[in-house]
Amino acid sequence: MLEFLAMGGYAAYVWTAFGLTFAVLWLNWWSGRRRHLRVKARLARQGQDETLHRGATIKEVNA
Amino acid sequence: MWKFFHQLASPPHFYRLAGLLAPWFLGLSLVGMLVGLYGGLVLAPPDYQQGDAFRIIYVHVPSAYLSLMAYTMMAVASIIGLVWRMKLAHAVAAAAAPIGASFTFLALATGSIWGRPMWGTWWEWGDPRMMTELILLFLYLGYMALRSAIEDRNKADRASAVLAIVGVVNVVLVHYSVEWWSSLHQGQTIMNENARMPTSMLAPLLIMIFAFTLFFGAALLQRLRAEVLEREHSARWVGRMLAEEQANA
Amino acid sequence: MTDDEPVMQTIELRPFATFLAMLRRELQLAFRRPADLINPLFFFAIVVTLFPVAVSPLPDVLKVLGPGVVWVAVLLAALLPLNGLFGQDHEDGTLEHYVLSGQSLVAMCFAKIVALWLVSVLPLVVISALVAQSYLLPASVVPILVTTLSLGGYSLCALGAVAAGLTVGVQRASALIALLVLPLMIPVVIFGARAVSLAAVDAPLSGALEMLLAIAILTSLFAPVATAAAVRISLE
Repeated sequence: MLEFLAMGGYAAYVWTAFGLTFAVLWLNWWSGRRRHLRVKARLARQGQDETLHRGATIKEVNA
Repeated sequence: MWKFFHQLASPPHFYRLAGLLAPWFLGLSLVGMLVGLYGGLVLAPPDYQQGDAFRIIYVHVPSAYLSLMAYTMMAVASIIGLVWRMKLAHAVAAAAAPIGASFTFLALATGSIWGRPMWGTWWEWGDPRMMTELILLFLYLGYMALRSAIEDRNKADRASAVLAIVGVVNVVLVHYSVEWWSSLHQGQTIMNENARMPTSMLAPLLIMIFAFTLFFGAALLQRLRAEVLEREHSARWVGRMLAEEQANA
Repeated sequence: MTDDEPVMQTIELRPFATFLAMLRRELQLAFRRPADLINPLFFFAIVVTLFPVAVSPLPDVLKVLGPGVVWVAVLLAALLPLNGLFGQDHEDGTLEHYVLSGQSLVAMCFAKIVALWLVSVLPLVVISALVAQSYLLPASVVPILVTTLSLGGYSLCALGAVAAGLTVGVQRASALIALLVLPLMIPVVIFGARAVSLAAVDAPLSGALEMLLAIAILTSLFAPVATAAAVRISLE
């Protein structure tokens, strides 16, 4: 196991490269997801505001 | 067939389909990555010249491949968007740019980390592939800068589409010019392309490329969902869908 | 557009006539604003002065630096007028008239590119031939320097026009234009500057001049079309 982690003396390079790659991949997925949720939340808030302005209740919105 | 494409391009259908597909893409790509990592880090023997440092190839080459694929996709989507005035195509180009830029960054960073023990330097100005990737990164950043500088979304879509198409001609030119340039002062290359890789090394690489491509698909679909929602913010289906979701919550 | 619109009651010119008319207008305008002509030259002179000061005034160093420094300085100086290529015409509404005039917008953009090359690149080329002597470039190489700079400068104008067209109406566009154009210029810089360096040590140019010419022709073919498309998009 230790031998595997040592990567024949190249541990610093190999694990940095792999760690960086998966960190960036995760960031890609996470930022896309966060943006989607934010847009959805913003639109939902706007939609509610508009219907409430028109004098509707939440029940009517859902109906 | 046409009807299928037409339906696919309709925003509500696409939004729903993307939401269904994205987790599958992500799950499959994670499985693929685990298999590829096991094959690449454990099963594959160390390289007789580079020792274990060669294993960086399993993240470097897929990133480099996707950096080019994402740019090609962006350019093709831009052409479709300009010629057929298809809004979804512009959304695809907009969503692909930041993902492609991040893969370009990874290709550069992992190449540089690999180059340190092999060449003795973090950066080699004479290497044609590194230079091509660097310029590709500049092109991505320019594309995103132009897109964010134009406020009107329609204009931003079409102006950045023109830039993406001009850029694709440039990537090809850059590649050949840099190759010519480095042939003048004998830049070293990181891999000997004539040496054949044994299957135990090659198979994990192919699996990793496939898994990274699936991941790109998942990230793209995820971003596209946000893009589509933003672009369709005043459409009726968006309001209905959000109201339904709130009722279910 | 229908026939009863007053704007449209102009004489339909052939594209070549449009090209000539536009070229003449651009040149006249350029000579009416001499400061715009001189500033890039001044900038170029300062940049080439900085290198011996910053790096080293030793002849051996200057000989190596020369071709690259002159090339990069010309490139940077030629970026300066790009922001004004459509900026002025956009602000006073002329650009919209051009688009609506029914004349060939591609011919107009082509004329603008050629005019830009004549008034901004050619003076820089002339000065750079003098500056190259001060960087100890052999006199026999100066023709190569002049040729590569003229051809490469033309490609820069063509690509710069596309970027300028894309950023019409964008606030503070000059930095953005530079960011868009410079990566596109890398092949031109490689072939141009390296051709001069190779010629300075009597090495074979191995096709660099042909490549520069090919790029100039390629940009001539697509840049006016792309610029016209970009202007139309920006003005929609």
